[in-house]
Amino acid sequence: MIERLVDSFLNPVVLEASVPYLVRGLLVTLEVCALVIPLGIAGGLSLALAYRTRSRLWRGLLIAFIDFFRAFPPLVLLVFVFYGLPFAGIEIGSLAAVTIAFSLNTSSFYGEIFRAGIESVDRGQWEAARATGLGGFRTTTAVILPQAVRNVLPDLIGNTLEVVKLTSLASVVALPELLRMARVSQGLTYNPTPLVVAAGIYLVLLWPFVRLLSLMERRLAVTA
Amino acid sequence: MTAFLHNFVNPEVLQVALPLILEGMRVTLLLTASILPTGILAGLALSVLRTRQSRFLNFFIVVFADVFRAVPPLVILILIFFALPYLGVQLSGFAAAWLGLSLVLAAFSEEIFWAALTSVPRGQWEASRATGLGATATLRRVIFPQAIRLAIPPLTNRAIAIGKGTALASVIAVPEILNHATNVQAQTANPSPLTLAALAYLALFLPLVVASRWVESRFRWKR
Repeated sequence: MIERLVDSFLNPVVLEASVPYLVRGLLVTLEVCALVIPLGIAGGLSLALAYRTRSRLWRGLLIAFIDFFRAFPPLVLLVFVFYGLPFAGIEIGSLAAVTIAFSLNTSSFYGEIFRAGIESVDRGQWEAARATGLGGFRTTTAVILPQAVRNVLPDLIGNTLEVVKLTSLASVVALPELLRMARVSQGLTYNPTPLVVAAGIYLVLLWPFVRLLSLMERRLAVTA
Repeated sequence: MTAFLHNFVNPEVLQVALPLILEGMRVTLLLTASILPTGILAGLALSVLRTRQSRFLNFFIVVFADVFRAVPPLVILILIFFALPYLGVQLSGFAAAWLGLSLVLAAFSEEIFWAALTSVPRGQWEASRATGLGATATLRRVIFPQAIRLAIPPLTNRAIAIGKGTALASVIAVPEILNHATNVQAQTANPSPLTLAALAYLALFLPLVVASRWVESRFRWKR
Protein backbone atom coordinates (compact mmCIF):
# COMPACT_ATOMS: atom_id res chain seq x y z
CA MET A 1 0.00 0.00 0.00
CA ILE A 2 2.71 2.47 1.08
CA GLU A 3 4.78 1.34 -1.86
CA ARG A 4 1.93 2.05 -4.24
CA LEU A 5 1.40 5.47 -2.70
CA VAL A 6 5.06 6.41 -3.09
CA ASP A 7 5.10 4.96 -6.57
CA SER A 8 2.17 7.13 -7.65
CA PHE A 9 2.70 10.31 -5.71
CA LEU A 10 6.40 10.64 -4.94
CA ASN A 11 8.01 8.45 -7.56
CA PRO A 12 11.79 9.15 -7.44
CA VAL A 13 12.36 8.37 -11.12
CA VAL A 14 9.50 10.64 -12.23
CA LEU A 15 10.61 13.27 -9.75
CA GLU A 16 14.09 13.35 -11.22
CA ALA A 17 12.73 13.64 -14.75
CA SER A 18 10.34 16.44 -13.79
CA VAL A 19 12.72 18.63 -11.78
CA PRO A 20 13.97 20.65 -14.80
CA TYR A 21 10.35 21.31 -15.86
CA LEU A 22 9.30 22.36 -12.39
CA VAL A 23 12.30 24.66 -11.93
CA ARG A 24 11.53 26.39 -15.24
CA GLY A 25 7.89 26.65 -14.25
CA LEU A 26 8.77 28.12 -10.87
CA LEU A 27 10.93 30.77 -12.54
CA VAL A 28 8.04 31.80 -14.81
CA THR A 29 5.69 31.91 -11.80
CA LEU A 30 8.12 34.22 -10.01
CA GLU A 31 8.46 36.33 -13.17
CA VAL A 32 4.67 36.75 -13.39
CA CYS A 33 4.58 37.70 -9.70
CA ALA A 34 7.37 40.23 -10.26
CA LEU A 35 5.23 41.83 -12.98
CA VAL A 36 1.75 41.63 -11.50
CA ILE A 37 2.44 42.49 -7.84
CA PRO A 38 4.17 45.87 -8.48
CA LEU A 39 1.67 46.76 -11.22
CA GLY A 40 -1.24 45.82 -8.96
CA ILE A 41 0.14 47.81 -6.03
CA ALA A 42 0.84 50.84 -8.24
CA GLY A 43 -2.62 50.60 -9.79
CA GLY A 44 -4.30 50.14 -6.43
CA LEU A 45 -2.44 53.05 -4.89
CA SER A 46 -3.40 55.27 -7.83
CA LEU A 47 -7.05 54.28 -7.45
CA ALA A 48 -6.98 54.96 -3.71
CA LEU A 49 -5.27 58.33 -4.09
CA ALA A 50 -7.61 59.35 -6.91
CA TYR A 51 -10.51 58.48 -4.60
CA ARG A 52 -9.59 61.45 -2.37
CA THR A 53 -11.08 63.81 -4.94
CA ARG A 54 -14.06 65.92 -3.81
CA SER A 55 -16.03 65.12 -6.96
CA ARG A 56 -18.80 62.68 -6.15
CA LEU A 57 -18.98 61.66 -9.80
CA TRP A 58 -15.33 60.60 -9.84
CA ARG A 59 -15.69 58.74 -6.58
CA GLY A 60 -18.69 56.87 -7.98
CA LEU A 61 -16.77 55.96 -11.14
CA LEU A 62 -13.76 54.73 -9.17
CA ILE A 63 -15.96 52.56 -6.94
CA ALA A 64 -17.73 51.21 -10.03
CA PHE A 65 -14.35 50.32 -11.58
CA ILE A 66 -13.16 48.62 -8.39
CA ASP A 67 -16.38 46.68 -7.87
CA PHE A 68 -16.57 45.66 -11.53
CA PHE A 69 -13.20 43.94 -11.37
CA ARG A 70 -13.84 42.54 -7.90
CA ALA A 71 -17.02 40.86 -9.17
CA PHE A 72 -15.38 39.51 -12.35
CA PRO A 73 -13.76 36.08 -11.79
CA PRO A 74 -10.08 36.50 -12.76
CA LEU A 75 -10.12 33.33 -14.87
CA VAL A 76 -13.03 34.68 -16.92
CA LEU A 77 -11.18 37.98 -17.37
CA LEU A 78 -8.04 36.13 -18.47
CA VAL A 79 -9.91 33.96 -20.97
CA PHE A 80 -11.69 37.04 -22.30
CA VAL A 81 -8.43 38.96 -22.76
CA PHE A 82 -6.54 36.02 -24.23
CA TYR A 83 -9.19 34.62 -26.57
CA GLY A 84 -11.27 37.75 -27.11
CA LEU A 85 -8.75 40.52 -27.82
CA PRO A 86 -7.31 38.91 -30.98
CA PHE A 87 -10.81 39.24 -32.50
CA ALA A 88 -10.60 42.99 -31.83
CA GLY A 89 -7.37 43.01 -33.84
CA ILE A 90 -5.11 43.02 -30.79
CA GLU A 91 -2.79 40.04 -30.98
CA ILE A 92 -1.15 39.35 -27.64
CA GLY A 93 0.84 36.52 -26.13
CA SER A 94 -0.10 34.62 -23.00
CA LEU A 95 2.30 36.55 -20.75
CA ALA A 96 0.85 39.89 -21.86
CA ALA A 97 -2.71 38.58 -21.43
CA VAL A 98 -1.91 37.29 -17.95
CA THR A 99 -0.25 40.57 -16.98
CA ILE A 100 -3.15 42.70 -18.22
CA ALA A 101 -5.93 40.54 -16.73
CA PHE A 102 -4.31 40.01 -13.35
CA SER A 103 -3.11 43.61 -13.01
CA LEU A 104 -6.67 44.85 -13.52
CA ASN A 105 -8.01 42.30 -11.06
CA THR A 106 -5.39 42.86 -8.36
CA SER A 107 -5.36 46.67 -8.76
CA SER A 108 -8.98 46.78 -7.72
CA PHE A 109 -8.37 44.60 -4.66
CA TYR A 110 -5.27 46.59 -3.65
CA GLY A 111 -7.20 49.78 -4.40
CA GLU A 112 -9.99 48.84 -2.01
CA ILE A 113 -7.44 47.96 0.71
CA PHE A 114 -5.44 51.19 0.30
CA ARG A 115 -8.67 53.20 0.26
CA ALA A 116 -9.74 51.68 3.58
CA GLY A 117 -6.24 52.32 4.94
CA ILE A 118 -6.24 55.98 3.96
CA GLU A 119 -9.73 56.44 5.39
CA SER A 120 -8.56 54.92 8.68
CA VAL A 121 -6.06 57.74 9.18
CA ASP A 122 -7.55 60.54 11.24
CA ARG A 123 -8.24 63.79 9.34
CA GLY A 124 -6.34 65.65 12.03
CA GLN A 125 -3.12 64.02 10.79
CA TRP A 126 -3.61 65.67 7.42
CA GLU A 127 -4.45 69.04 8.93
CA ALA A 128 -1.55 68.93 11.41
CA ALA A 129 0.96 67.96 8.70
CA ARG A 130 -0.25 70.77 6.43
CA ALA A 131 -0.12 73.21 9.36
CA THR A 132 3.56 72.39 9.97
CA GLY A 133 4.23 73.53 6.42
CA LEU A 134 4.41 70.20 4.57
CA GLY A 135 3.04 70.28 1.02
CA GLY A 136 0.22 68.02 -0.19
CA PHE A 137 2.60 65.50 -1.76
CA ARG A 138 4.89 65.28 1.27
CA THR A 139 1.91 65.01 3.60
CA THR A 140 0.59 62.10 1.57
CA THR A 141 3.86 60.21 1.24
CA ALA A 142 5.46 60.96 4.61
CA VAL A 143 2.46 61.19 6.96
CA ILE A 144 -0.71 59.61 5.57
CA LEU A 145 0.53 56.60 3.59
CA PRO A 146 2.89 55.16 6.25
CA GLN A 147 0.04 55.09 8.76
CA ALA A 148 -2.46 53.87 6.17
CA VAL A 149 -0.20 51.00 5.13
CA ARG A 150 0.47 50.02 8.74
CA ASN A 151 -3.26 49.91 9.45
CA VAL A 152 -4.00 47.54 6.57
CA LEU A 153 -0.76 45.56 6.48
CA PRO A 154 -2.42 42.16 7.12
CA ASP A 155 -4.84 42.78 4.24
CA LEU A 156 -1.98 43.81 1.95
CA ILE A 157 -0.03 40.67 2.77
CA GLY A 158 -3.16 38.55 2.42
CA ASN A 159 -3.91 40.00 -1.00
CA THR A 160 -0.32 39.52 -2.17
CA LEU A 161 -0.62 35.89 -1.13
CA GLU A 162 -3.78 35.64 -3.25
CA VAL A 163 -1.93 37.14 -6.23
CA VAL A 164 0.79 34.48 -6.07
CA LYS A 165 -1.88 31.77 -5.92
CA LEU A 166 -3.72 33.51 -8.77
CA THR A 167 -0.75 33.06 -11.12
CA SER A 168 -1.58 29.33 -11.28
CA LEU A 169 -4.58 30.26 -13.47
CA ALA A 170 -2.12 31.30 -16.17
CA SER A 171 -1.71 27.57 -16.88
CA VAL A 172 -5.12 27.71 -18.58
CA VAL A 173 -3.76 29.96 -21.35
CA ALA A 174 -0.66 27.74 -21.71
CA LEU A 175 1.77 30.07 -20.00
CA PRO A 176 4.57 27.69 -18.91
CA GLU A 177 4.39 28.51 -15.20
CA LEU A 178 4.66 26.04 -12.32
CA LEU A 179 1.24 24.37 -12.61
CA ARG A 180 1.43 24.20 -16.41
CA MET A 181 4.87 22.62 -16.33
CA ALA A 182 3.72 20.14 -13.68
CA ARG A 183 0.82 19.12 -15.93
CA VAL A 184 3.08 18.80 -18.97
CA SER A 185 5.44 16.67 -16.94
CA GLN A 186 2.51 14.60 -15.63
CA GLY A 187 1.34 14.04 -19.21
CA LEU A 188 4.78 12.84 -20.28
CA THR A 189 5.25 10.42 -17.39
CA TYR A 190 1.65 9.26 -16.79
CA ASN A 191 2.31 9.84 -13.11
CA PRO A 192 0.90 12.55 -10.82
CA THR A 193 4.18 13.02 -8.88
CA PRO A 194 4.92 16.37 -10.61
CA LEU A 195 1.51 17.70 -9.47
CA VAL A 196 2.18 16.69 -5.88
CA VAL A 197 5.63 18.27 -5.99
CA ALA A 198 4.22 21.47 -7.55
CA ALA A 199 1.67 21.67 -4.72
CA GLY A 200 4.58 21.18 -2.30
CA ILE A 201 6.52 24.02 -3.94
CA TYR A 202 3.56 26.40 -3.59
CA LEU A 203 3.23 25.31 0.03
CA VAL A 204 6.91 25.93 0.83
CA LEU A 205 6.81 29.28 -0.98
CA LEU A 206 3.64 30.58 0.68
CA TRP A 207 3.47 28.84 4.04
CA PRO A 208 5.64 31.46 5.85
CA PHE A 209 3.26 34.20 4.71
CA VAL A 210 0.18 32.23 5.78
CA ARG A 211 1.72 31.78 9.24
CA LEU A 212 2.74 35.44 9.44
CA LEU A 213 -0.78 36.45 8.52
CA SER A 214 -2.33 34.30 11.24
CA LEU A 215 0.04 35.76 13.82
CA MET A 216 -0.69 39.33 12.71
CA GLU A 217 -4.44 38.79 12.77
CA ARG A 218 -4.21 37.31 16.25
CA ARG A 219 -2.19 40.28 17.51
CA LEU A 220 -4.70 42.73 16.04
CA ALA A 221 -7.57 40.80 17.58
CA VAL A 222 -5.94 41.03 21.01
CA THR A 223 -5.31 44.78 20.80
CA ALA A 224 -8.72 45.59 19.30
CA MET B 1 -17.35 49.07 -35.27
CA THR B 2 -19.53 46.60 -37.16
CA ALA B 3 -16.62 44.13 -37.11
CA PHE B 4 -16.41 44.64 -33.37
CA LEU B 5 -20.13 44.03 -32.92
CA HIS B 6 -19.96 41.04 -35.24
CA ASN B 7 -17.24 39.53 -33.08
CA PHE B 8 -18.38 40.38 -29.57
CA VAL B 9 -22.19 40.59 -29.75
CA ASN B 10 -22.99 38.45 -32.73
CA PRO B 11 -26.78 37.82 -32.61
CA GLU B 12 -26.61 34.38 -34.26
CA VAL B 13 -23.89 33.13 -31.95
CA LEU B 14 -25.60 34.64 -28.93
CA GLN B 15 -28.76 32.76 -29.81
CA VAL B 16 -26.86 29.47 -29.72
CA ALA B 17 -24.97 30.42 -26.56
CA LEU B 18 -27.81 31.84 -24.46
CA PRO B 19 -29.55 28.59 -23.42
CA LEU B 20 -26.17 26.99 -22.65
CA ILE B 21 -24.98 29.95 -20.58
CA LEU B 22 -28.27 29.90 -18.65
CA GLU B 23 -27.75 26.19 -18.00
CA GLY B 24 -24.19 27.07 -16.93
CA MET B 25 -25.54 29.66 -14.49
CA ARG B 26 -27.68 26.95 -12.92
CA VAL B 27 -24.61 24.73 -12.44
CA THR B 28 -22.52 27.65 -11.08
CA LEU B 29 -25.26 28.45 -8.56
CA LEU B 30 -25.74 24.80 -7.62
CA LEU B 31 -21.99 24.31 -7.12
CA THR B 32 -21.70 27.50 -5.03
CA ALA B 33 -24.77 26.53 -3.00
CA SER B 34 -23.28 23.11 -2.25
CA ILE B 35 -19.85 24.45 -1.29
CA LEU B 36 -20.90 27.29 1.03
CA PRO B 37 -22.67 25.24 3.75
CA THR B 38 -20.12 22.41 3.82
CA GLY B 39 -17.12 24.74 3.80
CA ILE B 40 -18.42 27.20 6.40
CA LEU B 41 -19.82 24.52 8.74
CA ALA B 42 -16.61 22.48 8.55
CA GLY B 43 -14.60 25.62 9.31
CA LEU B 44 -16.87 26.47 12.23
CA ALA B 45 -16.62 22.91 13.60
CA LEU B 46 -12.81 23.01 13.38
CA SER B 47 -12.59 26.38 15.13
CA VAL B 48 -14.87 25.13 17.94
CA LEU B 49 -12.75 21.95 18.25
CA ARG B 50 -9.73 24.21 18.51
CA THR B 51 -11.16 25.93 21.60
CA ARG B 52 -10.81 22.55 23.39
CA GLN B 53 -7.07 23.33 23.50
CA SER B 54 -5.95 19.78 22.72
CA ARG B 55 -2.38 20.09 21.44
CA PHE B 56 -2.70 16.97 19.35
CA LEU B 57 -5.92 18.08 17.62
CA ASN B 58 -4.83 21.69 17.26
CA PHE B 59 -1.67 20.65 15.44
CA PHE B 60 -3.72 18.90 12.76
CA ILE B 61 -6.24 21.73 12.52
CA VAL B 62 -3.50 24.33 12.03
CA VAL B 63 -1.70 22.17 9.44
CA PHE B 64 -4.98 21.66 7.57
CA ALA B 65 -5.81 25.37 7.60
CA ASP B 66 -2.29 26.37 6.53
CA VAL B 67 -2.03 23.87 3.68
CA PHE B 68 -5.38 24.77 2.15
CA ARG B 69 -4.74 28.48 2.48
CA ALA B 70 -1.27 28.27 0.92
CA VAL B 71 -1.86 25.96 -2.07
CA PRO B 72 -3.69 27.59 -5.01
CA PRO B 73 -7.28 26.27 -5.38
CA LEU B 74 -6.70 25.34 -9.03
CA VAL B 75 -3.79 23.11 -7.97
CA ILE B 76 -6.04 21.46 -5.39
CA LEU B 77 -8.83 20.84 -7.93
CA ILE B 78 -6.37 19.36 -10.43
CA LEU B 79 -4.81 17.13 -7.76
CA ILE B 80 -8.24 15.84 -6.71
CA PHE B 81 -9.43 15.33 -10.27
CA PHE B 82 -6.27 14.00 -11.94
CA ALA B 83 -4.22 12.48 -9.08
CA LEU B 84 -6.81 10.78 -6.84
CA PRO B 85 -7.78 8.32 -9.61
CA TYR B 86 -4.31 6.78 -9.13
CA LEU B 87 -5.56 5.77 -5.68
CA GLY B 88 -8.67 4.30 -7.27
CA VAL B 89 -10.82 7.29 -6.28
CA GLN B 90 -12.46 8.69 -9.39
CA LEU B 91 -14.64 11.71 -8.64
CA SER B 92 -16.83 13.48 -11.17
CA GLY B 93 -15.76 17.03 -12.06
CA PHE B 94 -18.61 18.45 -10.00
CA ALA B 95 -17.76 16.32 -6.95
CA ALA B 96 -14.06 17.18 -7.27
CA ALA B 97 -14.83 20.92 -7.48
CA TRP B 98 -17.23 20.68 -4.54
CA LEU B 99 -14.68 18.80 -2.41
CA GLY B 100 -11.70 20.98 -3.34
CA LEU B 101 -13.38 24.34 -2.87
CA SER B 102 -15.15 23.14 0.31
CA LEU B 103 -11.75 22.25 1.80
CA VAL B 104 -10.35 25.67 0.85
CA LEU B 105 -13.38 27.47 2.28
CA ALA B 106 -13.20 25.32 5.45
CA ALA B 107 -9.55 26.32 5.96
CA PHE B 108 -10.27 30.04 5.55
CA SER B 109 -13.47 29.92 7.66
CA GLU B 110 -11.64 28.08 10.44
CA GLU B 111 -9.08 30.90 10.62
CA ILE B 112 -11.78 33.59 10.45
CA PHE B 113 -13.90 32.00 13.20
CA TRP B 114 -10.85 31.28 15.32
CA ALA B 115 -9.60 34.87 15.07
CA ALA B 116 -13.10 36.06 15.98
CA LEU B 117 -13.44 33.67 18.93
CA THR B 118 -10.04 34.62 20.36
CA SER B 119 -10.87 38.31 20.02
CA VAL B 120 -13.58 38.01 22.67
CA PRO B 121 -11.89 39.00 25.96
CA ARG B 122 -10.97 36.10 28.27
CA GLY B 123 -12.97 37.73 31.06
CA GLN B 124 -16.15 36.88 29.15
CA TRP B 125 -15.26 33.17 29.35
CA GLU B 126 -14.37 33.39 33.01
CA ALA B 127 -17.41 35.41 34.00
CA SER B 128 -19.88 33.17 32.22
CA ARG B 129 -18.23 29.98 33.55
CA ALA B 130 -18.38 31.54 37.02
CA THR B 131 -22.13 32.06 36.72
CA GLY B 132 -22.42 28.29 36.32
CA LEU B 133 -22.77 27.95 32.52
CA GLY B 134 -21.01 24.92 31.04
CA ALA B 135 -18.28 25.19 28.40
CA THR B 136 -20.69 24.49 25.52
CA ALA B 137 -23.33 26.92 26.77
CA THR B 138 -20.67 29.59 27.31
CA LEU B 139 -19.42 29.17 23.79
CA ARG B 140 -22.90 29.14 22.30
CA ARG B 141 -24.63 31.82 24.31
CA VAL B 142 -21.87 34.22 25.35
CA ILE B 143 -18.78 33.97 23.16
CA PHE B 144 -20.28 33.10 19.80
CA PRO B 145 -22.84 35.94 19.57
CA GLN B 146 -20.01 38.43 20.16
CA ALA B 147 -17.56 36.71 17.82
CA ILE B 148 -19.91 36.31 14.86
CA ARG B 149 -20.05 40.09 14.40
CA LEU B 150 -16.35 40.13 13.70
CA ALA B 151 -16.47 37.04 11.49
CA ILE B 152 -19.25 38.13 9.13
CA PRO B 153 -17.43 40.69 6.93
CA PRO B 154 -14.37 38.52 6.13
CA LEU B 155 -16.63 35.49 5.76
CA THR B 156 -18.80 37.35 3.23
CA ASN B 157 -15.73 38.30 1.19
CA ARG B 158 -14.39 34.77 1.29
CA ALA B 159 -17.75 33.33 0.27
CA ILE B 160 -17.82 35.67 -2.77
CA ALA B 161 -14.26 34.66 -3.64
CA ILE B 162 -15.25 30.98 -3.51
CA GLY B 163 -18.33 31.65 -5.67
CA LYS B 164 -16.10 33.32 -8.26
CA GLY B 165 -13.68 30.42 -7.80
CA THR B 166 -16.26 28.00 -9.21
CA ALA B 167 -15.09 29.28 -12.63
CA LEU B 168 -11.99 27.13 -12.01
CA ALA B 169 -14.22 24.07 -12.28
CA SER B 170 -14.39 24.74 -16.04
CA VAL B 171 -10.82 23.38 -16.18
CA ILE B 172 -12.00 19.98 -14.94
CA ALA B 173 -14.91 19.92 -17.40
CA VAL B 174 -17.74 20.95 -15.07
CA PRO B 175 -20.40 22.40 -17.41
CA GLU B 176 -20.65 25.75 -15.63
CA ILE B 177 -20.77 29.21 -17.26
CA LEU B 178 -17.17 29.54 -18.42
CA ASN B 179 -16.98 25.95 -19.64
CA HIS B 180 -20.06 26.36 -21.85
CA ALA B 181 -18.82 29.74 -23.07
CA THR B 182 -15.39 28.48 -24.17
CA ASN B 183 -17.02 25.44 -25.84
CA VAL B 184 -19.43 27.54 -27.91
CA GLN B 185 -16.64 30.01 -28.66
CA ALA B 186 -14.48 27.18 -30.03
CA GLN B 187 -17.34 25.77 -32.13
CA THR B 188 -18.38 29.10 -33.63
CA ALA B 189 -14.91 30.73 -33.76
CA ASN B 190 -16.52 33.83 -32.28
CA PRO B 191 -15.97 35.29 -28.80
CA SER B 192 -19.57 36.50 -28.26
CA PRO B 193 -20.24 33.64 -25.79
CA LEU B 194 -17.46 35.08 -23.63
CA THR B 195 -19.24 38.46 -23.57
CA LEU B 196 -22.38 36.66 -22.46
CA ALA B 197 -20.44 34.72 -19.82
CA ALA B 198 -18.94 37.96 -18.53
CA LEU B 199 -22.44 39.44 -18.20
CA ALA B 200 -23.67 36.29 -16.47
CA TYR B 201 -20.89 36.50 -13.87
CA LEU B 202 -21.50 40.20 -13.33
CA ALA B 203 -25.22 39.54 -12.88
CA LEU B 204 -24.42 36.95 -10.22
CA PHE B 205 -21.57 38.61 -8.35
CA LEU B 206 -21.82 42.39 -8.78
CA PRO B 207 -24.84 42.60 -6.43
CA LEU B 208 -22.94 40.51 -3.87
CA VAL B 209 -19.82 42.70 -4.08
CA VAL B 210 -21.96 45.81 -3.60
CA ALA B 211 -23.79 44.11 -0.71
CA SER B 212 -20.46 43.20 0.89
CA ARG B 213 -19.67 46.92 1.19
CA TRP B 214 -22.88 47.36 3.14
CA VAL B 215 -22.08 44.34 5.33
CA GLU B 216 -18.64 45.75 6.04
CA SER B 217 -19.96 49.10 7.24
CA ARG B 218 -22.84 47.47 9.12
CA PHE B 219 -20.62 45.12 11.14
CA ARG B 220 -17.63 47.42 11.54
CA TRP B 221 -15.91 46.95 14.87
CA LYS B 222 -16.15 50.28 16.66
CA ARG B 223 -12.80 50.99 18.25
